[in-house]
Amino acid sequence: MKIDHSLPLEYSTDQNKLNILGFWIFLGAEIMLFGTLFASYFTLVDRTGTGPTGAEIFEIAPVLIETILLLTSSFIIGLGIHAMRIGNKKAMMIFFGITLLLGAGFLGFEIYEFVHYVHVGAGLQTSAFTAILLTTLGTHGAHVTFGLIWGIFILLQIKKRGLTPETANKSFIFSLYWHFLDVVWIFIFSFVYLKGMM
Amino acid sequence: MDFFSRFAVPHPSPAIYASMVAIGLTVIAVIAGLTYFKKWGYLWREWLTTVDHKRIGIMYLISALIMLFRGGADAIMMRAQLAVPENKLLDAQHYNEIFSTHGVVMIIFMAMPFIMALMNFVVPLQIGARDVAFPRLNALSFWLFFAGAMLLNISFVVGGSPDAGWTSYFPLAGNEFSESVGTNYYMFALQISGLGTLMTGINMITTILKMRAPGMTMMKMPMFTWSSLVANIIIVFAFPVLTVALLMGTMDRLFATNFFTTSNGGMDMLWANLFWVWGHPEVYILILPAFGIYSEIISTFSKRNLYGYKSMVGSMVIISLLSFLVWTHHFFTMGQGALTNSIFSITTMAIAVPTGVKIFNWLFTLWKGKIVITTPMLYSILFLPTFTIGGVTGVMLAMSAADYQYHNTMFLVAHFHMVIIPGVVFAMLAGLTYYWPKMFGFMLNEKIGKIAAWVISISTLVAFMPMFFSGLDGQARRMYTYSESTGFGIWNMISFIGAFGMAIGFALIVYNIYYSTRYASRDIGSDPWDARSLEWATHNPVPEYNFAIIPQVESSEGLWDAKKKGHVLFKGDYEKIHMPNNSGVPFIMGAIFFAWGFSFVFGLWIPGILTTIGIFVCMALRSFEKDHGRYISVKEIEETETKMRGAK
Ligand code: HEM
Ligand SMILES: [Cu+2]
Repeated sequence: MKIDHSLPLEYSTDQNKLNILGFWIFLGAEIMLFGTLFASYFTLVDRTGTGPTGAEIFEIAPVLIETILLLTSSFIIGLGIHAMRIGNKKAMMIFFGITLLLGAGFLGFEIYEFVHYVHVGAGLQTSAFTAILLTTLGTHGAHVTFGLIWGIFILLQIKKRGLTPETANKSFIFSLYWHFLDVVWIFIFSFVYLKGMM
Repeated sequence: MDFFSRFAVPHPSPAIYASMVAIGLTVIAVIAGLTYFKKWGYLWREWLTTVDHKRIGIMYLISALIMLFRGGADAIMMRAQLAVPENKLLDAQHYNEIFSTHGVVMIIFMAMPFIMALMNFVVPLQIGARDVAFPRLNALSFWLFFAGAMLLNISFVVGGSPDAGWTSYFPLAGNEFSESVGTNYYMFALQISGLGTLMTGINMITTILKMRAPGMTMMKMPMFTWSSLVANIIIVFAFPVLTVALLMGTMDRLFATNFFTTSNGGMDMLWANLFWVWGHPEVYILILPAFGIYSEIISTFSKRNLYGYKSMVGSMVIISLLSFLVWTHHFFTMGQGALTNSIFSITTMAIAVPTGVKIFNWLFTLWKGKIVITTPMLYSILFLPTFTIGGVTGVMLAMSAADYQYHNTMFLVAHFHMVIIPGVVFAMLAGLTYYWPKMFGFMLNEKIGKIAAWVISISTLVAFMPMFFSGLDGQARRMYTYSESTGFGIWNMISFIGAFGMAIGFALIVYNIYYSTRYASRDIGSDPWDARSLEWATHNPVPEYNFAIIPQVESSEGLWDAKKKGHVLFKGDYEKIHMPNNSGVPFIMGAIFFAWGFSFVFGLWIPGILTTIGIFVCMALRSFEKDHGRYISVKEIEETETKMRGAK
């Protein structure tokens, strides 16, 4: 592998550049995925059948906490990448660790939220609206869960192998993924919750 | 017994039992043969674990041909059933299952892998690259496609085939009206192979954008590469829509949600919309690479450069955009309202314009050219008028008011077969013949090839032209029989004869492969067609590393200009070449995905969870793996090159 030292570590080999471009294209596909979920959500949002509407079941407190946790985590992973760029392995690992903890916190509140929905009679099978609500949130939540496991693997590799072009590349790609989840959440927060509660 | 009634066929018939036995015997024969000839190791090392884009292309090709015969058998059964009025060959349920599998197999498991085969094989060679950007992912894409294909193909002997058409419209495809697990198979087979397709899309775009040979700017890319790039961009934008639609459909069937039901707020038209937001672009994913193949072939055998290169590229880009703006033309009659219908009528007709530009460009290329009629060229020339008939009837269908007459009649069936068979199938057969020497190092017999081309194209007309008439007379599609008094009998009989003729044509192609494998000369040099682009600048068959030295190009017809204008393609000395290692993981993941799909089809939750874990374990192992590939030394390159040149 030829390493080009004039570039940041994550871009320093040809394969690394390919990986990053490939991942951007993958994010394009992810935008379509969530775009389709949103389009379906807007189609079905008023089709509540005999079930409750959004305004009846949404609770602002957990959602706000989730939002704050995820936004902060997205900021902190940015610090992590900065630490990686200046070669500070330890700081980087700490920032990544905090990111994952915040992500886990987000997930905890989301699980609480789901239990609440089922509790108030808004389960998967209640109506078209509840189905698409839980599916959209669930898809985002599943992405976060996947990200948590992925992130732990990356941390383990950095611990064992240090900051190499390969691990740096993975961490950078992971940070793109994490920012993306944050952006999706902002859409969910605005168009599902805020709009739903109005 | 409970077990048996759950897994066995819900609508058993002697034909299905016979197929079960046949499948069982074939599997035993294959296993016995591999063991007897001690080929397991070879199979595993050279094929199942390969990450070489050329071998993956060949595996796609073999799968596509097998699926062509599977789908073809279904087609013959349908035509046989309809050949005479009041026929009792198949019952209604069986007919439903057959047209559903025929459609799915032909589009998803025949046409798609066929273009994937050519894309995988040709694109890296055409741009002067050593492989695709992510060779491992490429292997995984193939095995996911294969797992999906196998899943759909076992459905008719284990549990029952999908029976709601290849469009699986809800509520017809819901539990209430499709009771067997058939539609579950549909959902999982498409989901798994769709994931593979999406990965190919990402892989190919990255490859084409980043791995072109020095000197090859975007506007110097050969036309097939351009068409592949555009098709793969459509893939990346269209397939996630299918993913979501299938997810919701699966949940409706397995978890009793209410996305597409007609109660509790569900909305069946949402499925139709999502399906066609993917489905219409899908047909352009198929047709654009086919157009690319025609462009290569027509310019090679007209002995002249392609007329209107820039307008060819431009029209493809416009087609790709428009392809996302027409989906509603599939349900003009389902209550969208006049305004919506008008808008989608117009966008649909607009697609005819860039398509027409392409047709004229091909005609102008032929016009001034010195035409050589080879088998690939014959297909390309037969394609032009046949495809135009299909295209013009498409514009007729696009008139939403008139569509109330044609909708869901044989007229539609005739239209789309007249575009898809000359458009995609002919192109793939042409591409197969054209690239055969690149793949295998010998040519297919031209005489048999030409006979097959004539038989297939005449039979296509015989099979599908009558459907325009019976369709206008009101023969509905997907109807398993009709009465004598309708007068459809004669048209359907002619159609049956045509379908039979097509079967003969395809059999001739198989015979040609057999005949040429045995008798064709292996001494064909590297450029048997006197071709123009880069893929013909390396040996036949292509060595593992594609090019011993990365070529440097100055035009879109690198090889031609090297031959005629004295451009030097290969400068400098051999250097050691980096290659990826083989890996068994993609194959194993494919197998696990198959088991995963099978488990959920039958709602077997425990195996379902175990296989899900298995998939993630594979991904985790991959994440921790350290595999930096290997190098081919200069000495090895020299040896291979001398041997290959000697074989000329
Ligand atoms: C070998 C020649 C072929 C014959 C004789 C044939 C015949 C038929 C027939 C009789 C139908 C059913 C019409 C109906 O009752 O609705 C049908 C449907 C269909 N065919 Fe073919 N076909 C052939 C090749 C192909 C090819 C090459 C493709 C695609 C690449 C294809 C794609 C389809 C699709 C998508 C449907 C619609 C299935 C549905 O109604 O759900 N066919 N074909
Ligand atoms: Cu369409």
